[in-house]
Amino acid sequence: MAEDKEKKPGRISRMFMVLYDVWQFIGRFFKEGFLPPYEGKELMRQCYDIGYRSLLLISLTGFITGVVFTKQSRPSLAEFGATSWLPSLVGIALLRTLAPLLTALIAAGKVGSSIGAELGSMRVTEQIDAMEVSATNPFKFLVSTRVLAATITIPILTFYTAMVGMLGALLNVYTNEETSWRAFFSSALESISFLDVTASTIKAVLFGFTIGMVGCYQGYNSSKGTEGVGKAANAAVVTGMFLVFVEEVITVQFFGLFRN
Amino acid sequence: MENRQNSTPAEKVVEIRDLHKSFGAYHVLRGVDLDLYRGENLVVLGKSGTGKSVLIKIIVGLLTADRGSVKVLGSEVDQISYKELLALRLKVGFSFQNSALYDSMTVRQNLEFPLVRNRRKLTRGEVAMQVERVLDAVGLLQTLDQMPSELSGGQRKRIGIARTLILQPEIMLYDEPTAGLDPITCLEINGLINEVQERFHTSSIVITHDLTCAKAVGDRVAMLLDGTFQRQGTFEEVFNTNDERVKTFYDYNFIQ
Repeated sequence: MAEDKEKKPGRISRMFMVLYDVWQFIGRFFKEGFLPPYEGKELMRQCYDIGYRSLLLISLTGFITGVVFTKQSRPSLAEFGATSWLPSLVGIALLRTLAPLLTALIAAGKVGSSIGAELGSMRVTEQIDAMEVSATNPFKFLVSTRVLAATITIPILTFYTAMVGMLGALLNVYTNEETSWRAFFSSALESISFLDVTASTIKAVLFGFTIGMVGCYQGYNSSKGTEGVGKAANAAVVTGMFLVFVEEVITVQFFGLFRN
Repeated sequence: MENRQNSTPAEKVVEIRDLHKSFGAYHVLRGVDLDLYRGENLVVLGKSGTGKSVLIKIIVGLLTADRGSVKVLGSEVDQISYKELLALRLKVGFSFQNSALYDSMTVRQNLEFPLVRNRRKLTRGEVAMQVERVLDAVGLLQTLDQMPSELSGGQRKRIGIARTLILQPEIMLYDEPTAGLDPITCLEINGLINEVQERFHTSSIVITHDLTCAKAVGDRVAMLLDGTFQRQGTFEEVFNTNDERVKTFYDYNFIQ
């Protein structure tokens, strides 16, 4: 029996085993996450935690992005005498790509690593086992709440980033073109379509789900003591960011089909 | 403390037959047979890495056996549904080696956690009362609003035991209850294990390599050697032998 277990699977087999494991993990979330009993209090706590943890960094990054993007775009538009298009250019760029991507990347770094490390540490100190043996469902309490919280909070943060970015752009436009804030926002909002808002929301939901799921998967399945915790946090960030970029490419192509 | 050998109890609450468990090439448990009778404290002795903790993790369904049968309160652990396993776990308390307290929660929240999720009809007042009752039983009522990081090793062990007691289990599984504690605190924990048995009428398996603990709490002792229980009986019966492995184990614990 022991000899049978000695046989180690090859790299490709291992890859498929991990994919199957991930598939089961996601399946378990959909199977258990929406069934009672609900962990409402923990969900609210996680939503607050994720939002609060990322707010300062997102505010700063969003604002700076708005200022810098506007400043960098001006010379190109000025060549054609089209600086009046700046608000709509910045508005579209922020809503369609910059805000969802920036928010997701910051969340992957801040939230993903934190979830990975927290659950990883709970795994290696047997806190998850302790929940299991006390006849509670640690998956529901730890994983479902965190994935749902990330899926709910990151879209909200995305629109917040877009707003703050617009304020940064307004500051730059106002100081250079002396455009009023009313004219700036009216021009920016006019160019934003319903499809832009929908696409951005769907993207942000997808990013939030991915970041939450990757962080939880890495942490929940971590092993090998403190080294495992570090690896889980690191893998949560790296895998989360990579998947966000992959999803960005796919969603841009997909929503491109609906644009003229 | 004197060994407390009672009259032989009859009802088996845990029944293990021909249990095998391997990790890779390492065959840890090689056909273990063990019975735990209602109301007794059974001490499982053995060196580190002999599979003592693996054994109780299999009993509670945290690990699955490769072969063999584990019957707990009449249910075959690896043949029941997840729902039935959860119901069974309500009757089996597990005290972890490192206490495994939820470090983001206060002591009160640690104790409330299993209770509010398993006894949903309890009012807030009843929950508070139960929490205070078990904390009082382990003598740490004053730590109610402290964080686990603010507690000493011995206090953490006690809170860990209190958290398992709050569900009023029939069986208690203690994984190295005195590991890493000073001798005085060890004596206190040994006393607590005996008190739990008397006050809550539990049957217990105590995993340890500490012979002082074994002698103080064990109604019966089973020694795990080379993956099987080769010696079982009272403390004196187990150690009254010429088996070098047992003698060495005894000598290293400096028991006179």
